[in-house]
Amino acid sequence: MKKKLQNIIKFGYQYSVILLILAFWQGLAMTKILPEFILPSPAAVIMAFIKDFSLIMYHTKYTLLEAFIGMSIAITLAFILSLLMDRFQVLYDVLYPPIIISQTIPTVAIAPLLIIWLGFYMTPKVVLVVMTGFFPILIALLDGYRAVDPDSIKLLRSMGASQWQTYRHVKLPASIGYFFAGLRVSVSYALISAVVSEWLGGYYGLGVYMTRVRKAFALDKMFAIIFFISFLSLILMAGVDYLHKTLNRQSYVPRGVKGFKTESIRKK
Amino acid sequence: MPKLELRNISHAFADAPDIQILKDINLYVDEGEIVSIIGPSGGGKTTVFNIVAGLLEPTAGEVWLAGEDITGKSGYVSYMLQKDLLLPFKTVLDNVALPQIIKGKSKKEARTMALPYFREFGLDGTEYKYPQMLSGGMKQRAALLRTYLFEKEMALLDEPFSALDAITKEGIHSWYLDIMKKINLTTLFITHDIEEAILLSDRIYILKGRPAEISESILIDLSRPRDPLSEEVIQMKRKLKAEYLSI
Repeated sequence: MKKKLQNIIKFGYQYSVILLILAFWQGLAMTKILPEFILPSPAAVIMAFIKDFSLIMYHTKYTLLEAFIGMSIAITLAFILSLLMDRFQVLYDVLYPPIIISQTIPTVAIAPLLIIWLGFYMTPKVVLVVMTGFFPILIALLDGYRAVDPDSIKLLRSMGASQWQTYRHVKLPASIGYFFAGLRVSVSYALISAVVSEWLGGYYGLGVYMTRVRKAFALDKMFAIIFFISFLSLILMAGVDYLHKTLNRQSYVPRGVKGFKTESIRKK
Repeated sequence: MPKLELRNISHAFADAPDIQILKDINLYVDEGEIVSIIGPSGGGKTTVFNIVAGLLEPTAGEVWLAGEDITGKSGYVSYMLQKDLLLPFKTVLDNVALPQIIKGKSKKEARTMALPYFREFGLDGTEYKYPQMLSGGMKQRAALLRTYLFEKEMALLDEPFSALDAITKEGIHSWYLDIMKKINLTTLFITHDIEEAILLSDRIYILKGRPAEISESILIDLSRPRDPLSEEVIQMKRKLKAEYLSI
């Protein structure tokens, strides 16, 4: 019970600035300093969300599906590429520059091209999610493999371990913490990429809903959907953290604690 | 026939073939012996070990283990380093069982094989803990158990106790001799600590010079346990130091 109260206090403390902004914003609307059609009040935004709830859920389904398929492919791709690039220096040297360059192209520039090439359905969205989502995971994994103490590898080799066994027993498990750090960034990218891609052309998805309400100047709905997307991102990130915590306690570092240090948690 | 024999080992690294690191190293270790190599840091001791462990192929010479040529082959002798290198994401039991898993045993088999040794190595109760929860001395003991379970014939210990504090070190020395008597492990030991070498070994080789050459072995025929403050040990220390410095 006391713990619960503490949690509530902690929550209030952490989100006090956000709550303050919301209160101020509601105040602006109530005092009619800004007209409702320029800046709808938080209350109006919530009403709009409730009113359009089933429609929003319909679109959410597609966006999440695109993000999910895209992320699955991105994770697989990142693992395969990371293993190949770590194992064969040649592949690392040859693949690293094009991968970096691919990340410097703005997504809003690629998305319309993908739509022209791949149509208005899900494919171009999934492709964009893969393109933005695999990179943070790949880099995190490569860093993870490299952070392994070379003496550990030496020890395993002295035991007669094969290349695969050094990955299986040392490099991969040692990189789990890095992987989840990368995944956390990736999932929020994935959602944004899917929405941007839908925004630029499609039949369904939160991006499509967004363009429609924008064209109707329904700013209350616009705000509702912006907040909803942020909320979804947060949920996804929390999901990643939860997965990390349950799968691999040792490498899980609670938020706010800097660095990768296992000792402090294990000793609890 | 000696257990381990190095015959005329010479080595230079491939990226600097003109700089010879080791020159004509000959040494042997008999069954059940503890033999030390002492020498200055960066003097080629670890290179000798890498060659024996099969991690490096020497430019010339051969490594023989129990009548078999193992030059350049890994997986025949176990190897322990200064760092314990216990994997933080595996329990102590799984860490210790790892060499057997690498050799192709199933996880279950390897665990069953490792469990009975925990008592002997003074590690009961740590089986399902993670290495971070162990003290420095315990970690080294676990690392030694892993070394032993990897290969019971021959172990290479590369300054295994040099990272420990003085008191832990003293304790672990007597523990180490005890356990060695029980498991009868043939050991080649590297250290830069002359006293440690005298306390633990049956014979000592000195590796010195550039390129490094090896001395004749010096027999340490003192009764055990050896007291670091006793006259004999101090005398032996003087003798070795003189030898060590006479280049």
